Amino acid sequence: MNLVVNGVGQALDIDPRTTLLDALREHLHLTGAKKGCDHGQCGACTVLLDGRRVNSCLVLAISQQDAEVTTVEGLAEGGQPHPVQRAFLEHDGYQCGYCTPGQICSAVGMLDELKQGWPSAVADDDLEAQIRERMSGNLCRCGAYANIVPAIVDAR
Amino acid sequence: MKTFEYTAVTDVRSAVGAFPEGAAFLAGGTNLVDLMKLGVATPDVLVDINKLPLHEIEELPGGGLRIGAGVRNSDLAAHPRVRSDFPVLSEALLNGASGQLRNMATTGGNLLQRTRCRYFTDMTKPCNKHEPGSGCPAREGDHRNLAILGASEHCVATHPSDMAVALAALDAVVLITGPDGDREVPVTELHRLPGDAPQLDSVLRHGELITAVEVPALAFARVSAYRKARDRASYAFAVGSVAAALDVEDGVVRDVRLAFGAVAAKPWRAYRAEEALRNGRATRESFLAAADAELTEAEPLRDNAYKVTLIRNLVASTLERLVTA
Amino acid sequence: MTSTAHRAVGQPIGRIEGPAKVSGEATYAAEYPVKDVVYAWVVQSPVARGTLKSVGTADGTLAVLWHGNAPAIEKVDDPELAVLQSDRIGYRGQAIALVVATTLEAARRAAQVISLEIDEEPHDALLTADHPGRYTPETVNPAFPPVSRKGDFDAAYAAAPVTVDVRYETPALHNNPMEPHATIALWEGDDLVLYDSNQHPPGVAATLGEVFGLPAERVHVIAEHVGGGFGSKGTARPNAVLAAMAAKVVGRPVKLALPRQAMFSMVGYRTPTLQRIRLGAERDGTLTAIGHEAVEQSSRIFEFAEQTTVVTRHMYAAANRYTGHELVRLDMPTPRWMRAPGEAPGMVGLECAMDELAEQLGLDPIELRIRNEPAAEPESGVPFSSRHYVACLREGAERFGWAGREHKPRLRREGNWLIGTGMAGATYPAMVQPSVARVRITPDGSAEVAIGASDIGTGARTILTQIAADELDLPVERVRVRLGDSTLPKASVAGGSSGSASWGWAVTGACRELRRSGKDEAVFDSTDLVKKQETDGKHAYGAHFAEVRVDADTGEVRVTRLFGMYAAGRILNPRTARSQFIGAMTMGMGMALHEEGVLDPATGDWVNHDLAEYHIPVHADIESVEAAWLDERDDDLNPMGSKGIGEIGIVGSPAAIVNAVWHATGIRVRDLPVRLDKLLTAGL
Repeated sequence: MNLVVNGVGQALDIDPRTTLLDALREHLHLTGAKKGCDHGQCGACTVLLDGRRVNSCLVLAISQQDAEVTTVEGLAEGGQPHPVQRAFLEHDGYQCGYCTPGQICSAVGMLDELKQGWPSAVADDDLEAQIRERMSGNLCRCGAYANIVPAIVDAR
Repeated sequence: MKTFEYTAVTDVRSAVGAFPEGAAFLAGGTNLVDLMKLGVATPDVLVDINKLPLHEIEELPGGGLRIGAGVRNSDLAAHPRVRSDFPVLSEALLNGASGQLRNMATTGGNLLQRTRCRYFTDMTKPCNKHEPGSGCPAREGDHRNLAILGASEHCVATHPSDMAVALAALDAVVLITGPDGDREVPVTELHRLPGDAPQLDSVLRHGELITAVEVPALAFARVSAYRKARDRASYAFAVGSVAAALDVEDGVVRDVRLAFGAVAAKPWRAYRAEEALRNGRATRESFLAAADAELTEAEPLRDNAYKVTLIRNLVASTLERLVTA
Repeated sequence: MTSTAHRAVGQPIGRIEGPAKVSGEATYAAEYPVKDVVYAWVVQSPVARGTLKSVGTADGTLAVLWHGNAPAIEKVDDPELAVLQSDRIGYRGQAIALVVATTLEAARRAAQVISLEIDEEPHDALLTADHPGRYTPETVNPAFPPVSRKGDFDAAYAAAPVTVDVRYETPALHNNPMEPHATIALWEGDDLVLYDSNQHPPGVAATLGEVFGLPAERVHVIAEHVGGGFGSKGTARPNAVLAAMAAKVVGRPVKLALPRQAMFSMVGYRTPTLQRIRLGAERDGTLTAIGHEAVEQSSRIFEFAEQTTVVTRHMYAAANRYTGHELVRLDMPTPRWMRAPGEAPGMVGLECAMDELAEQLGLDPIELRIRNEPAAEPESGVPFSSRHYVACLREGAERFGWAGREHKPRLRREGNWLIGTGMAGATYPAMVQPSVARVRITPDGSAEVAIGASDIGTGARTILTQIAADELDLPVERVRVRLGDSTLPKASVAGGSSGSASWGWAVTGACRELRRSGKDEAVFDSTDLVKKQETDGKHAYGAHFAEVRVDADTGEVRVTRLFGMYAAGRILNPRTARSQFIGAMTMGMGMALHEEGVLDPATGDWVNHDLAEYHIPVHADIESVEAAWLDERDDDLNPMGSKGIGEIGIVGSPAAIVNAVWHATGIRVRDLPVRLDKLLTAGL
């Protein structure tokens, strides 16, 4: 089967049970997307699939023939980090770094959702509260949340 | 995860026409792939239905909506008509799961989510849902977030969906197609109470596929809300929830729709409470009395009696909010 | 001679490895590209006690290892590492077999369906305060006496005009670093190479050497980036031994990443604690008697006794004192270290009891603490090297806006929210451990610092760079720190909030030696200096303040503000320090409100063993978490004057939140976590 990962076509010969996350990590050696729980409960595996943020650990790769996948490795443009990546550096939006690629990919997808006017479960008038709610699918055990949200506000 | 044969279908007839024994439909995968990894779901064949033309939200004459089974939760929550005319549905969706999961999960799949009972999701433990007759350790064990209504000695599981609670309140109807033709089932009758066959979650028969959900017009659903209580501020299943739509005039309840979540194996439509509310005063006292009318049937276990209080209070606070809305 | 014009230390320098972390380039244990690697999956015991009679075979696998066929290992100090060596099953979730296959998918499925023949025996998994198996261990972690007495506690308590006698309970808590424990093991001849996620590469190398009968230098452990540990990766865990064993058997490199579910039982957890706190006081709040007892658990396999009440020995003045620990051995997994073992649960009991005493006295809880400030260590009499607890209380109260707070609860309401504030003290010992560092000047005039330390997200790599830059009078860009590798000079564990102090001392020594000698390479071993140090009387202090709101209908608790004020020696890097403080406070919020390993006594299992059901705080829970600190100088600690800061944020922050919930609602929830069901049941 074929995937387009970070703009590059990739042919894969895989067990049908292989998740998109394992296809990326174990077969394409793109280890930016992390495996924290393998069950859609932590968000560390978040990638953009056809432009939308998803938990790649719950996607069967075989079901995504010719899909376009963007991982944290593919966010930089022209050798320059993505604004969200820069903001994470600026705000110390991480400690151990393991949830970081998922937080960043999720934030990129989330900001696009915000731009499109998608609603969230909290009132629209409080941007930080909005971002906190929208980012709640990305756990951080080091507790960098209080730095991540201002980073995302800055990158917006 | 057991090995399986993978096949993708592009039209509904071939999806249901060639659906072998031991097959499962793959939609968003957020629940099925999780359960396959745990060994709880072990399909021999996965029929991928993501390419079926079931991704549209259509407006029905009179103001209702037909929601394709493949519509993603995030798209449904963001749909302008859903937000304006059925806010309870949008709110229920947005209170569920995470942004990522809502981008994946579908309308049909969300309805067919399986319970989060901690014995059901662990194949090393007995559970009448995954092995009928093996017993229900939850009754004596961990059941803090399990059923207070409609349970049986064989199973005390709850249905985890938020969306389904809103749809139950809205009298939504599930459109089903199958080897023997098409049929319609109200959302309130889609899920089964466990009785003595807790392994059967729903009334769907082998090879049947949900193709759409129809939400009928309901003018006063513009004044509706979903209130969910949970153990952290977000990204957690409900410990109790209420979906409500309210029509009040001059302080009197003209009509109401009310359903409870996280209390039973199905979204619990509170008909008795609705009956108690109609034509009564729109006050906290009457809201609490109506909740009590519904909850007289509750049979809490050792550790989940708090849900009776929680639902009671949620009914009152949600309806109070709608009165002032 | 050494420059004293510090330019880098104290600056908020960004993490050296930051760009690698945000780009996905930072490589964690399971991510190293290793040719011909195969996959292992653990089979865990489905029973809590019994005998494993046999394990079946599985098609499509390279090996199924169990005690019937696994290679024998040498004797090790940690019996949890003697994996697949015995037929005895000591707890549910214990590794009893390992499946190896060429794909991850095949290994996982085989492990799921493999047949196990087990003779199950009745088990005992439930800790109770009156458990007949209670005993007093010889020491508590790491080597404290289990009991301390001063004066006559019983008499003083009986005579006290005001008393508090309360029981607080904390549940089993699970470290849950985001990166699961993982190892890639490969044998190069008789040498063992491990890419392993851990907090102590030299320690893991030494232990794996013992296990396989190799000298430590024949084991190479690489842990360049570690996705958190919080104590659970402080020593080699069974995954490292299993991967190495499997690699030996199949003759290929083996990758073993534990599934999240296995981390609840296989890598340690914080013991549940059942605490009793008795305080006797004069009517003015002067404490005359402090009693603090804890009942905890350990496994049948290994005695780990947490030092839950040791913190009470250091906190407040009182002439008559008693602290004690009792342990019950159960058919449960072995508890280990989790962020501030001892202090974190112990200060829940002590600081909530202090709040209850303040309530009884009608006294401000800060004032109560100030009135009981000791002049020296309350039990040993050793002077404090520095103690600015009262300053933290006062300054913290000022910044938080404590003044004017009503003593009585349940007086503030905004709409449906009941609002309250609470506070609690914080402390953590300032520890230091022997370490060795090497520094070398490269031909281009840059410096390379080498130390076998581990940066688990603390900022160690950055801080050591700053220390070396100042000592060598170089800009930070000209200093490169190498760590995370057992072949580098031997460093102590990233634990006990001792990393920066211990490694910084060694790095400072090496830099000074280099400049003194005029050579281009120097090595420094801090062992002798560290061992000469007085260890008593050295602590960091702090005060935590919380404002919470509680939904009057649902009992849902939200933390509107959480603030920590610290006095923790010299802050080496304010940016990474702040992250450490607020990160631990966030975990403290989880301890107060969310986290609990839910035990099913019938199976001996924590049934909520995943991240959907074991709740840690999410983004939406964190509305305002902030930390500040006093400029504290203490020259008796180490050359940097620093105290550890990684753990103090989880000490007292849970109690501050629990106390704030009382202030909001009038309800004392004495078994953590404080959840809506408990508040509703208590009649909210």
